[in-house]
Amino acid sequence: MRARTRIARKTMVLAAVAALGSGLLAGCADDGDDGGDGSSSGDTSGKTTITLGLFGTQGFKEAGLYAEYEKLNPDIKIAENVVERNENYYPALVNHLTTNSGLQDIQAVEVGNIAEVVNTQAAKLTDLSKVEGVQSSNWLDWKWKQATTKDGQTIGLGTDVGPMAICYRKDLFEQAGLPSEREEVSKLWAGSWEKFVEVGKDYQGKAPKGTTFLDSPGGLLNAIVSGESEKFYDASGEVIYKTNPAIKKAFDLTAQAAEDGLIGNQTQFQPAWDTTIANGKFAAMSCPPWMLGYIKGKSKPEAAGKWDVATSPKPGNWGGTFLAVPKSGKNADEAAKLAAWLTAPEQQAKLFAKQGSFPSAPAAYTMPQVTGAKNDMTGDSPIGTIFADAAKQIPAQVIGPKDQIIQQGLTDNGVILVTQGKSAEEAWETATKTIDNNLEK
Amino acid sequence: MATRHDTAAPPLKEGGAAPGRPPADAVPEADKRRRARLSRRWQRDMRWSPYAFVSPFFLLFLAFGLFPLIYTGWASLHTVEMTAPTDMEWAGLRNYTRIFDDDFFWNAAKNTLTIGIISTVPQLLMAMGIAHILNYKLRGSTFYRVMMLAPYATSIAAASLVFVLLFGRDYGMINWALNAVGFDNIDWQNDKWASQIAVSSIVIWRWTGYNALIYLAAMQAIPQDLYESAALDGANRWRQFIHVTLPSLRPTILFTVVVSTIGASQLFGEPLLFDANKGTSGGSQHQFQTLGLYLYEQGWVNQHLGRASAIAWTMFLILIVIGIVNYVISRRLRASS
Repeated sequence: MRARTRIARKTMVLAAVAALGSGLLAGCADDGDDGGDGSSSGDTSGKTTITLGLFGTQGFKEAGLYAEYEKLNPDIKIAENVVERNENYYPALVNHLTTNSGLQDIQAVEVGNIAEVVNTQAAKLTDLSKVEGVQSSNWLDWKWKQATTKDGQTIGLGTDVGPMAICYRKDLFEQAGLPSEREEVSKLWAGSWEKFVEVGKDYQGKAPKGTTFLDSPGGLLNAIVSGESEKFYDASGEVIYKTNPAIKKAFDLTAQAAEDGLIGNQTQFQPAWDTTIANGKFAAMSCPPWMLGYIKGKSKPEAAGKWDVATSPKPGNWGGTFLAVPKSGKNADEAAKLAAWLTAPEQQAKLFAKQGSFPSAPAAYTMPQVTGAKNDMTGDSPIGTIFADAAKQIPAQVIGPKDQIIQQGLTDNGVILVTQGKSAEEAWETATKTIDNNLEK
Repeated sequence: MATRHDTAAPPLKEGGAAPGRPPADAVPEADKRRRARLSRRWQRDMRWSPYAFVSPFFLLFLAFGLFPLIYTGWASLHTVEMTAPTDMEWAGLRNYTRIFDDDFFWNAAKNTLTIGIISTVPQLLMAMGIAHILNYKLRGSTFYRVMMLAPYATSIAAASLVFVLLFGRDYGMINWALNAVGFDNIDWQNDKWASQIAVSSIVIWRWTGYNALIYLAAMQAIPQDLYESAALDGANRWRQFIHVTLPSLRPTILFTVVVSTIGASQLFGEPLLFDANKGTSGGSQHQFQTLGLYLYEQGWVNQHLGRASAIAWTMFLILIVIGIVNYVISRRLRASS
């Protein structure tokens, strides 16, 4: 297929040169048509296929973007190759990049991995800032910087971001004697996570039996650290998670909340956790826009409209993907064009309307697909504007190459232990010991 | 051209299966030369063809067995990361010396041993019992035999996911059943022994039928007259099992023990999928992290290729030791019988 494409292109170029040449020789004669005919027949026989390597549900295809692009560019065909979980996708991507084989024309990179890719693989990726139509001002400033190397090479274009808010169950809040109206709820904890935990204590005092304020210790820890401008690495690239007071504070606050019984001892995205969503076993959770889709997927139909979205005590970001273009690809130029198109504000807005991936392009926030967005679970809440406000307030965050390993250690080998009866001190020790062992080369 | 065995003369001195026959008299000189040539070709054929026939295995072994082994050994002497595998920095034996005071490694080694024991021993005992029962005349015995293999044929991922649901702390069926008879919930994922038993149960479920069929095949090869004479001597079923079946099965038992030991020391998929966090640390406190899982964690999650290689080689050496112990025991057993 590819070989044929190249032959077709070559003939096209040859034909064009011949046509041009003969045109010049003939002195502006009209036989340029010959070349035109030749090239167009070559096109239909061999289109250029651009492949995308993705993980999870990016939703480009589902939102009809491929079809639209193929319509705009009749000589392009788009094919995607999706791996379900990033844990499986990313190691393979690193492998392919280091060996320069098995790569797709476009490769998605998760925000948790982007720093490592920027630091170690930039030489193998196309600088996308030079592609026509790409302007850094189209993206949220911090999003753009996350995929940019120190010498100013941008190797990934942001697709979505995950501005966080707090999703809560109106009915459970009411039963516990708390206000349930969005604005009032937001005021309860505005500005600090300590206040948020205090509200949790109030809730737990009068909570409906069998429910907890929050779903999981990992969720709370993640929400707090995702709003810090420095979390696990400092600006110079040193690992500081152990000495960063913000991290220890977040850990201790989460551990305290767990000890006080405000948090269910679940791990997010596991079957048992899904069941707690379906059974309405907790009252609130930090949630980016894509979480609403997840909640909807796991809920019983009667839960529709019972949720609402309040602002987060402090804005933070959870999730988001980049599209990168390996230099070694056969269609690197075409691929870069496609990546630029897929991440342009208009397309991001369409993606949000269909898939709930929140745009990383501020220009999209005023588009009707975003401002008018609704969700079954949250009734008439203007989720588009709520999340857009949150997105604009997210601080630029220093992200490091091993962020994922550190955060996973703090959650899976740390705060979760408190819900199982360990002391916060023991939990911190287990977590840091695990993390240090994993970071050591 | 095919070798002409009928005219191939003279008979070989060494090797070869050519029947000896007296050299024919009065053979013309040219014919003699031709025969000598054919004979040489035949000799070459006899000598080298077998190597050609076995070569595919050895070539594949070189490419996918020996080369990785040597490369891993080389990598284990370096500090090297998966993000830049060609970028090697000599580290000497550091990756190995580090293992000695790596608590996580020894924890994994201990877990591998305990999970290995609590999965292999009951598994083989049950397999033996099942094989013994299947060895009776049963209606529909083929059905039962096929059913025995069903767990083995099931994908390990699918099986483990079902087990994760069964062993769930809050909504799992096993705790629900325990509750029904008055027991408290057991935290199957986070409690050390409970989690190891749960992982073992997946292994047991998967391999018992497989071993049972091996035992069954060996049992059916035991001559019936041994049982008849034992019965004549007044031995009941149980004594027949002890004195006839078990001694005859000795080599088979040894085989299954060796295979199960190797399997247990490489245990990977079950604990990986059993982890509630879908992580590679084998539970929050590494309570069921096996060596295989630890190796994977260092190599593929943390991307420390050098460290992972050293762990792989250490595991390899441990396996060799286990192999030698097995060999010694089996020789003793054979000598005693």
